[in-house]
Parts: sequence; C-alpha cells; structure tokens
Amino acid sequence: MKRKGRALKGGALLSPAILIVGMYLFLKFVLPLFTAPLPASLIFLYLALTVTGILIFNTLSGGSMEAFFGPIFRFLSGDGQAGPMKVARLLVLILFPLLVGWQTYASTAPSDHPPAENRTIHPAPPGEFVGLSNPVPNTPENVMMGKGLFAAFCSPCHGNFDGMGPAAKGFTPPPANFVDPGTIAQLQESYVFWRIKNGGVGLPIEGMPWKSAMPRWEVELKDEQIWKIIMGEYDGAHQKPRTWE
Amino acid sequence: MTTHGEHPRRLISLLRRRGSSLAGLLSLIGLLLAPALGLAQEASSAAAVAYRDIPQLGGSRNIIWVIAQQHLLLAGFVLGVPIFAWVCEIVGWKTGEKRYDKLAKEFTKLLTSAYATTALFGGILLFLLIGFYPKLMNYLADIFFPSFVVYSALFLLETVTLYLYWYGWDTMQGGGMKVLHLFLGFLLNVFAFFIMIVPNSWATFQASPVVITEGSSLARAWAATWNPTWWPVNVHRLIANVVLGGFICGAYAGVRYLSVTTAEERDHYDWMGYVGNFIGVFGMLPLPFAGYWLMREVYQYNQQMGITLMGGFLSWLFILQAVLIGALFLGANYYFWLGITHRIPGAEAKYRKPIMAMLIILLLCLGVWMTPHSLVASLEEAQKMGGTHHPLLGVFGVMSAKMTVVNLMILVTFMSFVIYWRAGKQETATWAKVANAVMGGVLGIAAIVVIVLGVWGYFVPAIVRINTFSVAQVLIVLFVMLTITPLTAVLLRSARTTTEMVWGRMPPRAGYALVMNAVMVILLMTLMGYARSSSRVHWHIYGVMRDSSQYAYSPALGYAAAFMSLNTFMFCMLVAFIFWVATMGDQGKATGSGSKGKVPAGAFPAMAGGSPALDETGRKG
Repeated sequence: MKRKGRALKGGALLSPAILIVGMYLFLKFVLPLFTAPLPASLIFLYLALTVTGILIFNTLSGGSMEAFFGPIFRFLSGDGQAGPMKVARLLVLILFPLLVGWQTYASTAPSDHPPAENRTIHPAPPGEFVGLSNPVPNTPENVMMGKGLFAAFCSPCHGNFDGMGPAAKGFTPPPANFVDPGTIAQLQESYVFWRIKNGGVGLPIEGMPWKSAMPRWEVELKDEQIWKIIMGEYDGAHQKPRTWE
Repeated sequence: MTTHGEHPRRLISLLRRRGSSLAGLLSLIGLLLAPALGLAQEASSAAAVAYRDIPQLGGSRNIIWVIAQQHLLLAGFVLGVPIFAWVCEIVGWKTGEKRYDKLAKEFTKLLTSAYATTALFGGILLFLLIGFYPKLMNYLADIFFPSFVVYSALFLLETVTLYLYWYGWDTMQGGGMKVLHLFLGFLLNVFAFFIMIVPNSWATFQASPVVITEGSSLARAWAATWNPTWWPVNVHRLIANVVLGGFICGAYAGVRYLSVTTAEERDHYDWMGYVGNFIGVFGMLPLPFAGYWLMREVYQYNQQMGITLMGGFLSWLFILQAVLIGALFLGANYYFWLGITHRIPGAEAKYRKPIMAMLIILLLCLGVWMTPHSLVASLEEAQKMGGTHHPLLGVFGVMSAKMTVVNLMILVTFMSFVIYWRAGKQETATWAKVANAVMGGVLGIAAIVVIVLGVWGYFVPAIVRINTFSVAQVLIVLFVMLTITPLTAVLLRSARTTTEMVWGRMPPRAGYALVMNAVMVILLMTLMGYARSSSRVHWHIYGVMRDSSQYAYSPALGYAAAFMSLNTFMFCMLVAFIFWVATMGDQGKATGSGSKGKVPAGAFPAMAGGSPALDETGRKG
C-alpha cells in the first residue's frame, strides 16, 4: 500500500507537468493575444528547451532523480498495481504506441498542404555588385529626390517605409519593412542596389523558392535614380546602411 | 617491457584467428579499387589532367571531404593536447602534486598514439589531393613551395621533440632534468603552433587569396600566407583545438570512469574528467569571440562570401551551430552542477536554488540564441505572421540579440565554475564580505550593461554595433572574469575547508555528459569545417581558380549533414580505437593487480545507464 501511495503521489512530477502544459498554453494561445501566432517549429523549440531544463534539474542528485523518475518507473513497471492504476497503465501502454504511430503516419502521409519552407531571405549578391558604393553625393537635395522617387515607384507596396503600402496585402510574403532593424539596416548599400535593380527575377538559385514580387527596376529606372532611392529609403526609415568605416 | 612485448603477440594471435577474414577484406578492397586504378591510369595518359576521380568510392570530393575532416580533427586533438599537458606538468612541478604529473603523462600518452594516425591521414590526404586535383595542387605548390619546405622541417622537429618528451618522461624527473623536460614541452607547443598555422595559410589562401605576380618565390609565398583570414583562423583554431582536446580527454576519462573496477582508478578518472571538462569550458569561453572576429573579417574581405555564410544558403548551418553550442553549454554546466551535488557532500541543498536560477537564465538565453531570423513556417503560419519574420520574436534573429545572450551564457558558465570552486569552503578573511559584495556588484552591473548594449544595438548603425557595442560586451565579460578569478583565488587562500571534495562519487550520467560534450564539439567542427569550405562555393581558390569539375556545386544541406554525422562517427571510432590501443598495456597491468580496492559488484552498473548505488551514496554523503 505504501508503494502504491508513492506511485500515486508523484509530487515531483506535478510541477514539471504544469510547467510544460503552461508553457505550451502560453506560447500557443496567450502570446497570440498580443502579437502574431508562433509557428509550430518555434513552439517545438521552446518546449524542447523546457523539457531539457526539467530533465537537467531533476537529475542533478540521486534524490531528485528518484523523486522524478521513480513514480514513472513504478507506474510503467506495474509492480504492485491494482484497480484504476492498473487500467491507467494498460491504457498508457496501448495508447502511447498508437499515438506515436499516428504521429508518424500524419507526418509522412501525402497532404495537400504545402511543406514548411526554409527560404533564404538574403542570398549572396552576384560578384559584380560586391563592393559598389553609392556614387551619388549624400546631399539634402538628393535625399529629397530619392524620397520622391520612392513615393512614386516603391510606396505602393512598401508604404511609408514600413512595408504597409496599399498593395501590400496582395503579396505573400509581404513587402519588406525597412523600419525593422532586421532588414536594410543589416545590409550594405550595394546589396540593396542589386535587389532593386534586378528584382525578384534576378535572385540567384540559392534564393529558392523565389517568392519575391519585386519588379526588375533596371527596366524603368537609371542607376543614378536607384542610388537616390536607396538614400531616401535609409533616411526615411531612420536607418543607416552597413559599412566598414 | 612486458606490456610492449604484449602487442606483437596479440597482433600475431589476432592474425591467426582472423587471418581469413582479413584476407577477404583486403581482397574486397583490392576489387573495389581495381576499376578506379584503371580510371586513374586512363586519366594520366591525357596531356594536362585537371581532375581524377574514383566514382565507385563515392567520388573525389566526398573522399577528400572525409579524409580531410578526419585529418583536421585528429590534428586538432594532437595540437590541442600538448598545450594543457604541458600546463598540467608545470602545475605538478610547481605544486609538487604528483597527480598532475601523472595526468600530464596520461594526456601525452594519448597524444603519442594519435600523432602517428594524424600524420598517416595527412599523408593520405596529400596523395589524394595530388591525385584528384593535380591542377589545383600544381598551382598551390607553385605559390607555397617555400612553406612546404618549412612545414616538413617543422614536422621533423615536432616528431623528435615529441619522442624526447614522451620517452624521456620518467628519466627526466629530477632537478635540472625536469626543467629540461619542461623546456621540451614548451618546444613541442611552439612547433605544434607553427605546424598549425602553416597549413592554415594554404586553406585560408583558398578562401581569401592574395596573389602577387612579381617578386621572388619567397615574397609570393609570404604575401599569400598573410591573407586576410589567416590570423582569425589561426586564433580560432588554436582555441578550438584546446576545446576539442579538453573535451575528448574528458570523454576518455568519462569512458574509463564508467568501466573502471577499482576505487583508486575511479577517483583518478573522475578527477581527470573534471580537468578535461574544465579545459574544454576554459577554451569555450573565448571561442565565440574568436568566431565573431573571423566572421567579421570574412564579411569585410568579401560581402558575397559573408552573406553566403551568414545570410545565404549556409545560414541554416548557423542555426544547427546554435543548437550544438547550446547543447555544449548545457552539458558543460550540467557536469559542473553534478560535481557540486555529488562531490561536495551537503552542497546540494545550499546550491539548488542558485543552480536553478542559472539554469533558467541559460535556457532563456538559449531560447534567444536558437531562434532563427527567418522562421521555418508553413504557408498558413507565414500568412498569419505577415512573412517568415515574427513581428515580436523576429528581433531575436539578429546579431545584437545573439551577441548579448552568448555573453550572458559565458557569464553563467563562468559563475558555475566559481560556485564549484567555492563550494565546501568558508571564507575567513575579514574583508570577505566586501569582496563578495564587489564580486556580486561587478557581475550584476556587467550583466545589465551587456543587456543594455544589446538592446541599444538595434538603434545604432551596424558599424557602431559591430565595432563598439559588440567589442564592449566582450571586454566587459573578460573584465568580469579577470576581476572575479583572482579575487576568488585570494579569498580562498585563507578560507577554511568545511567539506572536503570527494572524488569518485559522480553518477554514470556524468560520464555520459562528458562523452556527449565531446561528440557535440566534434559535430561542431565537422559542421563549421563544411561551412568554411563551402563558403568558397564553385571556386577552388576564391575568385582565382574556378572549380570546373563535375562536383562544382554545393550539396543539399541534408546531404551535408549526413556527411557531418558520418565524419563524427568515424572520428569517434578512430579515437576509440587509438585510445584502446594506447591503454592496452594498462589493462594488462590491471589484470595482474589483484582485487584490492575493487568497487563492490553491482554498485556500478554504469554501462547499463543507471547508478542507483552511486546516487544513493551521493545522497547519503
């Protein structure tokens, strides 16, 4: 009876179980109340870290290890079990392999959902664009002209530098948000020049899957105009291009 | 002498027993190589052969990939171990503690066994490179011939020094002879360092070539050697070799710990595991800084190469790198924490909460560290997020966040060590309270400043973040280490030991943690080896000599990951074999040593994965 009581108690298991479930609920349901939902890959990553932490902490000493794994081992071994616990053990032993089987089937069966993608956002530019510097002097007039060109050619999609132009909702993925410090602030001007000039169709093979509706602006704009747009873009987004000086 | 004589006898016996199997194996290898040799002959009849191949054995690129990686890993071990073997010997000599000398000797024993295999793989690699890539090798030989000569001379010197260092160990123990032996250890490290940096110049030249057409052959070689990534790679590899050597020695100790039968050996290998882990961690702390410098130089040298690595198709390797480094940080800290709870009786209750706090900080940092800039998301998920960048967590994907958390993880790991160091001791100095307050203040302020700089980094131009903020974060962490370490050392000099550290009490999972750390480091090196090599894309020598072979394409990441795993597995098997051979003599001695001090039967079911008995003793202690 004492053994059965210990198995039923399993106090050391309760807080980790609450932590894992709580973490899952937070990531899946609470966080999306304030921001966009997290993709499954990120939820899996954070849950894996939580489980790792629980395992590490509960195996630091013999006592904590016994308190954590003891009830699990005793439950699974079925030693001295009777009544509901015996039924519960049988259910776990039957349902768990079925769950694994179902999960395996679900992840390998043909589906009409497109697979999750690991798109390369910043493929390397062609050699001829490497090391170019903006030949247009950075004067207030040129910046203003750049902003004007931006308003005419870029703002329908990129909006007020924030990627929220009137046409933005028509694109997946949406146009880049230049105010975000993770976009043009991470790039040299030569890179931005390449992306504007050659557009989505100019992406190299490593940029697959090509999911960019960026027009090939070299057809309509001169190089000098593109450089001015770049100046206006950085100024309007309150960002500075990456440099080495 | 008895043990040396054992080896040939064992081999003869093995040949007798397995003679037919070995003959069969050799015939099979011959059969496989036959068509390849035919191909090679055919190719050599051409006027100027650019490439040769053995497609039956997986193709020239894959063969070179495996052999080069094995050679590099072995070389990393062989060049890393002498550094701390020599330091251990000095510690033993200065303190008079024989166990340090024994440890240094044991490290060197592993070194001597691995040295020949490293050279063997180096030879195979050279033959294969000449055979498979004659045009490239001609070009490299034309530029680097002077350094080929220097390299050969260095190898001779290193070999002679290693022989003297190892075989003279017992003879050169007393007085001036010991000093001479220590000097030999110093020379061994000097030659090893140059043996590392000379071939580094060849490899880094391929990535960031400096070619001058005028001047003497020496001037051309010198210019090619001093290419932009040479010194960043030298420093990065030097530190990484120490890490690899430390963790492999730790893994060796871990395996021996799991299999020993006497209490004395168990104590020794527990201690050796601790030293191995300490060396690995010690090297790991500055390694991210060296890696950061290397990547910065790569970016500065060529934006295209930098973006291919960090933003382009190779950027997913850095997510894998983050996972592996994360596992390494967790593994190293876990081992420290196990040491606190098992080796220092009564410490568990006292340090459980601080350990939990450190674990939570580490996991939070790892959460940020592993979050990619562009997330893996389904079409539906990407639509909900408005792209593959998450509007909130996407900020974790850039360097400002990564640099901040890696600095915090280094601080946590350092504090794990400091807590371990201080556990079981009570300060008696009158100024202890002040010192503790200073240390706490330094640590707290440093952590806050690192975080503030990290957040601020989002609002300044990239160059300010790269040149000022990131450097400041590194300097702050170094300042913490350089302040707290000597202060703790002085504080503990007068401290009273309340609980003696007890060796040999670690549970088997500690041994497994040591093995896991070594596997993680090897995986990391295979991963980054591939990244460094692939960053040249379709160039043998970047921008100078194009790869025009049928293998001038970058393999898919899954394919590359399979090769990384294969290389890791092969290296582990190779190291296991080398260590088995190296310790054959000890096993012979142990067989005849009787049962004195034997661990009770059933008390150590280590290889089965459980250790109730040890956990029990640890708890009672």
